[in-house]
Amino acid sequence: MDTVRLAARLREEIGQANVLTDRQELRTYECDGLAVYKVMPALVALPETTEQVAAVVRACVDAGVPYVARGSGTGLSGGALPHADGVLIVTSKLRQILDVDPDNQRAVLEPGVVNLDITRAASPHGYYYAPDPSSQQICSIGGNVAENSGGAHCLKYGFTTNHVTGLEVVSPDGAVVRLGGKAPDPPGYDLRGAFVGSEGTLGIATEVTVRLVRAPESVRTLLAAFGSTDDAGAAVSSIIGAGVIPAAIEMMDALAIEAAEAAVQCGYPAGAGAVLVVELDGPAAEVEEQFVQVERHCELAGAFEIRIAADDVERALIWRGRKSAFAAVGRISPDYIVQDGVIPRTSLPGVLRRMGELSAERGLRVANVFHAGDGNLHPLVLFDDTVAGQTEKAEDLSAAILDLCIEHGGSITGEHGVGMDKAKHMPRMYSDDDLDTMQLLRCAFDPEHLSNPGKVFPTPRLCGEVPGRHKGAHPLQQQGLAEVF
Amino acid sequence: MPADAVLDDLTKVTDDRVREARPDDAIDGMPSRYVATPASTEETAELLRVAARHGLHVVARGSGTKQRWGNPPAQVDLVVETTAMTGVVEHAAGDLITVVRAGTPVRELQDALSGADQQLALDTAIPSATVGGTVATDTSGPRRLLYGTMRDLLIGITFVRADGVVAKAGGKVVKNVAGYDFGKLLTGSFGTLGVITEVALRLHPVPATQRVVSVEEEDPAAATRAALRVLGSQVVPAAVEVDQPTDGPVTVAVLLEGIEAGVGARTAATRTLLGAGNTVGEPPGWFGTYPFSADDVGLKITSTLMGVGPVLAGARSVGRRHGVPVSVRGSAGGVLYASMPSDTEPQLVALVLEAMRTVAATYDGTVVVLTAPAETRRGLDVWGPVAGLDLMRRLKDQLDPDHRLSPGRFVGGI
Repeated sequence: MDTVRLAARLREEIGQANVLTDRQELRTYECDGLAVYKVMPALVALPETTEQVAAVVRACVDAGVPYVARGSGTGLSGGALPHADGVLIVTSKLRQILDVDPDNQRAVLEPGVVNLDITRAASPHGYYYAPDPSSQQICSIGGNVAENSGGAHCLKYGFTTNHVTGLEVVSPDGAVVRLGGKAPDPPGYDLRGAFVGSEGTLGIATEVTVRLVRAPESVRTLLAAFGSTDDAGAAVSSIIGAGVIPAAIEMMDALAIEAAEAAVQCGYPAGAGAVLVVELDGPAAEVEEQFVQVERHCELAGAFEIRIAADDVERALIWRGRKSAFAAVGRISPDYIVQDGVIPRTSLPGVLRRMGELSAERGLRVANVFHAGDGNLHPLVLFDDTVAGQTEKAEDLSAAILDLCIEHGGSITGEHGVGMDKAKHMPRMYSDDDLDTMQLLRCAFDPEHLSNPGKVFPTPRLCGEVPGRHKGAHPLQQQGLAEVF
Repeated sequence: MPADAVLDDLTKVTDDRVREARPDDAIDGMPSRYVATPASTEETAELLRVAARHGLHVVARGSGTKQRWGNPPAQVDLVVETTAMTGVVEHAAGDLITVVRAGTPVRELQDALSGADQQLALDTAIPSATVGGTVATDTSGPRRLLYGTMRDLLIGITFVRADGVVAKAGGKVVKNVAGYDFGKLLTGSFGTLGVITEVALRLHPVPATQRVVSVEEEDPAAATRAALRVLGSQVVPAAVEVDQPTDGPVTVAVLLEGIEAGVGARTAATRTLLGAGNTVGEPPGWFGTYPFSADDVGLKITSTLMGVGPVLAGARSVGRRHGVPVSVRGSAGGVLYASMPSDTEPQLVALVLEAMRTVAATYDGTVVVLTAPAETRRGLDVWGPVAGLDLMRRLKDQLDPDHRLSPGRFVGGI
């Protein structure tokens, strides 16, 4: 690739200051939130408008150069890992909240807008944006769209895909396309629904329209301490079994509690084998009655201490331990892997027991933090990179945990995405035919495989020809980048 | 009788569950040659491989309640009925999910779930509709306001491609971001991307109590103001429906669901919001039904919340201007259905449609002709303008390159 020529064109299109080629500057962008993978991009482009994003994409298409979109770079699956010969398109200069429209219960945002800023802008009107990934203070809505991000409160309110009603995207041929808008149910295929969670492989979102949700009349939060994860799991089962759908039910095990305590002194009850954070929200009378029920379910399942947040300050304190858990593990272990798997919630006791065995077999500790209501596990595998062989053991354990999720009918990712990290695991969850079918969508959007190539799918599919009837070698095949299947 | 090689091949796959089509097997006036009723995903796949080999055009049919929605298919050689693929494969009550075969009537599914006090939180206006047909047409009802639509509830899908390949996407856990969400694409695709054979669905508990607070307002504007007061409140309604007959008062009905203590307090709050003349009781008879019958002209009109009032008012004034009785019913969340009598002159239907499209477009919405007498529909652009059509065509070309699945029924002639 002729980087100098491409850089010159991009500078012409989006301005001198918005194109980075200096190695020192590029280094800032060599990884996302999953820092074990590092690749220096050839160029970084910082477009300021939709037209500039489209111009960058068209320049990439003309040069046959791959590109990767990046928001705040908080992703945990290497989805925004740059391509060494490609352009990294960073949305940090697309940060305008274009429209807060409480009358229609919508907001329109540029992709670089930070998740929490949507709620900040909507709350004076009595509304908020529901999906709340733990990184919501820094992660961008464009990244949320790419990953279909979840969060603690998606048990009741759903994921990003349930809250995005419209998108403007720059498709991989450089066209600007609108998919949906503020009104529901646009006719045609739900390309908006397919785009959300496509991890940057179908194009770049340049404008996002989201639902704003009316703030609940009442929010009540409790922290319950149990002797074991089994007891805490039993409490979750009886709460859900009683027909109560809390806004959130989060569980942490003893090791995760120890880490959170070391990091943020959250003051969780001493000696707990597990804690549950349960939050209910909604109309006051409903919440009051169900909150009493939740307390009773926790007591019956053996909770030895229940703390109820009296106000927003106490609520924040309860949540602080949970929301800091990933980073907190750094206090008790030099290195760790954040895993993200899903199991049917009712399989929790068996899965945790087996995870304990797997951990003991390898002599490595696993801290567990999970969204207990929907079975989304975040095991944190602790290791020390300076000890010979531990990194490999940790990776092996982490993969074994994913196998366990699949064996129980779950998923290899609940919210962090497949990205670079888990593409190799996709064939364990889906058949060749399933993956081939998914890639037909890719072929419709991006037949040249220039938009975030190498992510999600272990092997790119050749496009433009009917399977099994290939004539001659595809350029990707000639370069050894793709196999025919 | 000359040997029929196609029928022979189809018979090899499905034994006695294939036959020559009768006149009443025609899909929206387009006669078919064969009808097959496969008993499994695998059998459906084999059938579609035979169909591919013989270049047959295939239309999937559940209970056939919406075969006159959209455009008539350009050609039909084989009708694949899903009615032998029925039953609940799995109901994991503790996980609030079910896996169900596509031909299962929604009502039977709800019955099967009710034993565990659970439900698919989706209203179906036509009771005999199948799960697969409901996915393929993406129908929804009043409670979409709280629970969303099929797209929000469907967590996994199995379907058969035009070339007979079986594909799955999603899974049976509520939270899952592995791979592309093909369930979203198949939902509302009117049989043009594949034959749906099985789906996994997210469930909700059946609420202990349901109550409806209704009020009659003298005109569309007053009704809309009442509805918007509720939508902007914290009472969390499961549905806010409006019913506007051709003339006279407009009714707003608010559905509240939950536990008794909560619903009691919310009912009181809703009564205050709706103001004088409100009543409390069971859902009215029209609640959750379409304002049109199978032979009428039925439109689906969407808009933003602020567009609901103008759509209601627009329907009245356009109806009066053209002398057409237009009634409207649906969710104040921005999804309304309009009806015109079956004998309305086609050119008048076209005029009303055009006028309503102008109103809806002002509020970011669209108008789709769901159903209309064949001769009326022939002259209409039933889907209207569609954004992103180029990408949709490319998707169709990838999944069904020979355009053999429900050809011509969908947007842009797909």
